[in-house]
Amino acid sequence: MTPPDYEYLRKLLKDHSGLDLSTDKQYLIESRLLPLARKAGLVDIGDLVQKMKNGSISLIAQVVEAMTTNETFFFRDKIPFDHFREKIMPEMLQTRAGRKSLRIWCAAGSTGQEPYSLAICLKEMGAALSGWRVEIVATDLSNEVLEKSRAGIYSQFEVQRGLPIQMLVKYFKQTGELWQINPDIRAMVQHRQLNLLHDFSQLGRFDVIFCRNVLIYFDQDTKTSIFSRLARTVEPDGFLVLGAAETVVGLTEAFKPIADRRGLYRPEGERAAPAKPASSLAVLPRLAMAGN
Amino acid sequence: MKTCLVVDDSGVTRKIARRILEELGFDIIEAEDGEQALEACKRAFPEAILLDWNMPVMDGYEFMVQLRGMPGGDAPIVVFCTTENGVDHISRALAAGANEYIMKPFDRDIVAAKFQEVGLVQATLPEAV
Repeated sequence: MTPPDYEYLRKLLKDHSGLDLSTDKQYLIESRLLPLARKAGLVDIGDLVQKMKNGSISLIAQVVEAMTTNETFFFRDKIPFDHFREKIMPEMLQTRAGRKSLRIWCAAGSTGQEPYSLAICLKEMGAALSGWRVEIVATDLSNEVLEKSRAGIYSQFEVQRGLPIQMLVKYFKQTGELWQINPDIRAMVQHRQLNLLHDFSQLGRFDVIFCRNVLIYFDQDTKTSIFSRLARTVEPDGFLVLGAAETVVGLTEAFKPIADRRGLYRPEGERAAPAKPASSLAVLPRLAMAGN
Repeated sequence: MKTCLVVDDSGVTRKIARRILEELGFDIIEAEDGEQALEACKRAFPEAILLDWNMPVMDGYEFMVQLRGMPGGDAPIVVFCTTENGVDHISRALAAGANEYIMKPFDRDIVAAKFQEVGLVQATLPEAV
């Protein structure tokens, strides 16, 4: 792939999805786009770029969708779910004991592994939550991804990464080679299509926000904008959970890390007026940008 | 270094498992059936056992039942690794003392994830950027 072709793709992805590739992601582009090019009857990435320059909107849409990643698995990285069980929930059980309600947002819910992992954690808490109203809202940019999440059907490969076998047997039903998560767990999660670059104040306020492995794809300004809007969406004594490779350091003063709890943050400081979206970015609303 | 006993009648499977587990930091002992595996356990208990179900001479299930009946035989962590992927088999294995269960086909990610699950290897996380 020639440097001008790479630059063209970088800029296009940035403009349409906010995806911000560094200068050394040629391999990623080739591995994702070469199959797509071949399928379209094209020889290589150069051909693909030429066709896109000629204005093939459907091809551009396919390219953006193919480049956004949906890798995810149950209890991904483990540690955030330890935080959830050991720190977040014990605290919430105390501070929300009066209202007995809790709202959790998975901001890059992807194909459902993260929201369903949280739902399973809550289910495992049993009687401690009896009489509570707990909402888990899973959002994602891609409707296709959300459909998969709603169905809650996973391959044998997917259910073997991160999910303890006891939980598989307890919370899933086997259908041939596929496994579907049980209806009572599915019912705990609501799904909404949402682009993080747009206003999300309509979702209301949350006690806990999981926003993992999606911000890594955005540039600094976009990250900062999203952090300040997240700060206005989370309750003052709530929590924000980021991915293992993400941090607020140098990006925002709106959240502070919690000591000895990697990836766990609290909102801090002045709370401003309702959030405004990063409106300067051109965005195709349907295109995927799913982290978890 | 922790030792993992790999029990499978397929030489190819044992070879693949050996490569993955050596990368994860294990010393490997191999056995071709349950009986050989029992002999190995009588010499010394490994920390982990990756165990096929269907094998000649003695199958994996029978081996595990006998292992769990030995003095000190509850110590090794047993991870089944088999094409028997039905809930009935899984439940039976868990009830008889299996710690984890891999449905074949498997790859490095699955083995690493399952071994993490039972505390045999530590999770590695990327550095924050």
